[in-house]
Amino acid sequence: MSRAITPQKKIMWTAFAWAFGLLMFFPILWTFLTSFKTEAVAIADPPVWLFFDWTLENYADVQARSNYPKALMNSIAIAVGSTFLGILIAVPAAWAMAFVPGNRTKDVLLWMLSTKMLPAVGVLYPLVLLAKWLGVMDSRILLIVVLMLINLPIIVWMLYTYFREIPGEILEAARMDGAGLKAEILYVLTPMALPGIASTVLLNIILAWNEAFWTILLTTVDAAPLTAFIASFSAPEGLFYAKLSAASMLAVAPILIMGWFSQKQLVRGLTFGAVK
Amino acid sequence: MGNISLNQVTKSFGDVQVIPPLDLEINEGEFVVFVGPSGCGKSTLLRLIAGLEDTTSGAISIDGNDATSLAPAKRGLAMVFQSYALYPHMSVRKNIAFPMKMAGIDETVQNAKIDAAAKALNLTDYLDRKPGQLSGGQRQRVAIGRAIVREPAAFLFDEPLSNLDAALRVGMRLEIMELHEKLQTTMIYVTHDQVEAMTMADKIVVLQAGVIEQVGSPLELYHAPRNKFVAGFIGSPKMNLIEGPEAAKYDATTIGIRPEHLTVSNTEGMWKGIVGVAEHLGSDTFIHVHETGLMDMMTVRITGDIAAKHGDTIYLTPVADQMHRFDADGLRIA
Repeated sequence: MSRAITPQKKIMWTAFAWAFGLLMFFPILWTFLTSFKTEAVAIADPPVWLFFDWTLENYADVQARSNYPKALMNSIAIAVGSTFLGILIAVPAAWAMAFVPGNRTKDVLLWMLSTKMLPAVGVLYPLVLLAKWLGVMDSRILLIVVLMLINLPIIVWMLYTYFREIPGEILEAARMDGAGLKAEILYVLTPMALPGIASTVLLNIILAWNEAFWTILLTTVDAAPLTAFIASFSAPEGLFYAKLSAASMLAVAPILIMGWFSQKQLVRGLTFGAVK
Repeated sequence: MGNISLNQVTKSFGDVQVIPPLDLEINEGEFVVFVGPSGCGKSTLLRLIAGLEDTTSGAISIDGNDATSLAPAKRGLAMVFQSYALYPHMSVRKNIAFPMKMAGIDETVQNAKIDAAAKALNLTDYLDRKPGQLSGGQRQRVAIGRAIVREPAAFLFDEPLSNLDAALRVGMRLEIMELHEKLQTTMIYVTHDQVEAMTMADKIVVLQAGVIEQVGSPLELYHAPRNKFVAGFIGSPKMNLIEGPEAAKYDATTIGIRPEHLTVSNTEGMWKGIVGVAEHLGSDTFIHVHETGLMDMMTVRITGDIAAKHGDTIYLTPVADQMHRFDADGLRIA
């Protein structure tokens, strides 16, 4: 029995969903609009919505005052680098836990997840000291390693749940069909695991891209990614809303576009493989 | 080829021994069915033969060669799983081709074999589809096709029809039997369904708790069950097992009489009872009889349709030479 859905109910729910969606999206929309205003219009009270002189001067200013391409390259390097380093470590780990679990596998998984509950600021001081001692402050490699460590529990968990979905009988069938370990991994396991690995990669690139605490605190100039780039526009001499908005738009645009095109995989990734 | 012999094979999971020492001979070309209640170790036994589980001790030989520690891939057997276990990312053609690809067989030979198998299994129109686009019956045919092209020493079937609906199950059962007639290859078939066992097998192996209770042809098991367990397990509806003074009259601890070996009368007979439920199948009538004073409920099977309704008094008489007698250990008294 399906629940009866009357047209009125449908309209109501649709309106509600749109309202909620717009509410969630509003900060980004407002930032987008503000980025085309002059500083004066940006702080006008009452706020101006659409009817102002649209200008690109904020974007030009931002470009002139700072090095957007460099921050962009840093963001890409850090997000992609930390994700792939994480995948490299997590694939064998999740593999072992999914296919040859031990008595304590569940405990290890829960312990890994529990590290996510540790307040990040708690390890800030030792980490900074360590980085200084190693001479890697403000370097891409430091951020790649730190962000990898921070997201590793999530990567392992996601891959573990995906691998668990691969039915063992299919692997046994391959063995019966004459496949050795290499053929089994190459022709059967990998193709079946790839969609899961792909959504894990996608989600973790986004997580690493948006990570602000460590990226802002551990960088100054050389390795500063887009998060630090945005932060640099909230200057001590006062906030320049329009320029800050323009910088923000530049920072979030790449990941927004990527997210838009990979919505389907992302939803699957966020539900940790709970729905098919 | 396809002789398989198990010599004192055991299997333990941790401290739990699921298969105590077991001997079994499977001859070339035989259709052998492992049957038993769930958890009796029949699937484990099949997986030991397949090599998917390691034997704890004992030896398995295939065609005279020791295969005890051989990898599944090296045993030359093919298996059909209950869940079909098709490769979801490959087309039907590639699924069937997979074992040949692993064996490094020439592609033109592969294609010829695939086409032949597809034709035999009515899969020709589906060769380019993915398993997800097929029905349950078609998927099971693909799994069988994948097994056939290997030309294995023996086919292993692990409850292959359990996921199919009743009508399809009967059809697939016939297809598998026809396949056996045609190929004359050894087949080992695991099921919990004793009807499948009776109809398909040359030889039935009845298992309980990892122990072989009896090995024999379907009719041997039907006519001369070695013990009470086999008597109760083989045959549908189940044999009536009567204990107590009535059994003592026949110098036995338990007497068994199959529902089809009881005659009924409204006026006289050896045992008196009250009709509980009568199931009218048209060809047969199953009458469940209460208050006989012998057992909770006796079942009678009468050929054809007879009038019997709830609450009727009914008299039952066993066919004398069809009675089975068992001693205190549950073993058959000859």
